[in-house]
Amino acid sequence: MWADIQLGKYEVTVLSAYAACLVLIAALIVFTLVKGRRVRRELDEVEARQGRNRRET
Amino acid sequence: MSIWKYANPVLFMKTSGGILRVLVPVTAVLMVTGLMWGFFFTPPEMKQGSTVKIIFLHVPTAMLGINAWLMMLVASLIWLIRRHHVSALAAKAAAPVGATMTLAALITGAIWGEPMWGTWWAWDPRLTSFLILFLFYLGYMALWEAIDDPDTAADLTSVLCLVGSVFAILSRYAVNFWNQGLHQGPSLTIAQKQHVADAYWYPLMISIGGFLCFFVVMVLLRTRTEIRARRLKALLARERMA
Repeated sequence: MWADIQLGKYEVTVLSAYAACLVLIAALIVFTLVKGRRVRRELDEVEARQGRNRRET
Repeated sequence: MSIWKYANPVLFMKTSGGILRVLVPVTAVLMVTGLMWGFFFTPPEMKQGSTVKIIFLHVPTAMLGINAWLMMLVASLIWLIRRHHVSALAAKAAAPVGATMTLAALITGAIWGEPMWGTWWAWDPRLTSFLILFLFYLGYMALWEAIDDPDTAADLTSVLCLVGSVFAILSRYAVNFWNQGLHQGPSLTIAQKQHVADAYWYPLMISIGGFLCFFVVMVLLRTRTEIRARRLKALLARERMA
């Protein structure tokens, strides 16, 4: 089915739209996960230091 | 059973963790299916050629750009009226997701507009209101970062959200209010069944579903991070005072 792709003279237009959108989505996912892990690690450290139990799952 | 019980951060964390375990794979399947179907298995359109494939990105991102702000509006109103911290944090968490979707819609729209309209940009009512909405997203996020006290930040950003809602609504209905713009009328309406041929309709619906699930996943993940960050800040403050 790959042969069915018919981008024609708009090849660059379509590919650049998909590339731009996917880059933005990927960046959002990466920033979300990186910040999430950093905050979780810092919270774990502080809770361990203060001898508190995690109250969440 | 009351929705307000989820204002309890512990219960929110527990419930959202369970939802995420199901929703992440569902999101991946829907987005990959919708975008792959749209990109690889749809024919070129008679007038627009292969640029019609941009619809599978442009429409879902534009819909989410507007509706993310409306979700923030609801969360902000809950904060202002009932003072539930989770709702304020959910609004804060949704802003970068909505901003990304709005920017994606602006970029894909510009790329699509160049061959179809002969220009990347026009001061068309819908495009302009969408750009202003994006600027509101930036202002909203900057305001959260600029104020140290979280309750004050939540108050002020909630008010900003109320003001920005005008542009969120305007972005949606600008094509109905003014006729002089380049942008076409809505492709998808509740009143009429569809303006889109079946060949594009089904992958578009799957793509919209995938982006909607993606939005929920991102907001839940980011809200969980905000709740942890709030607890971290409280524990550090207590540590300093001890």
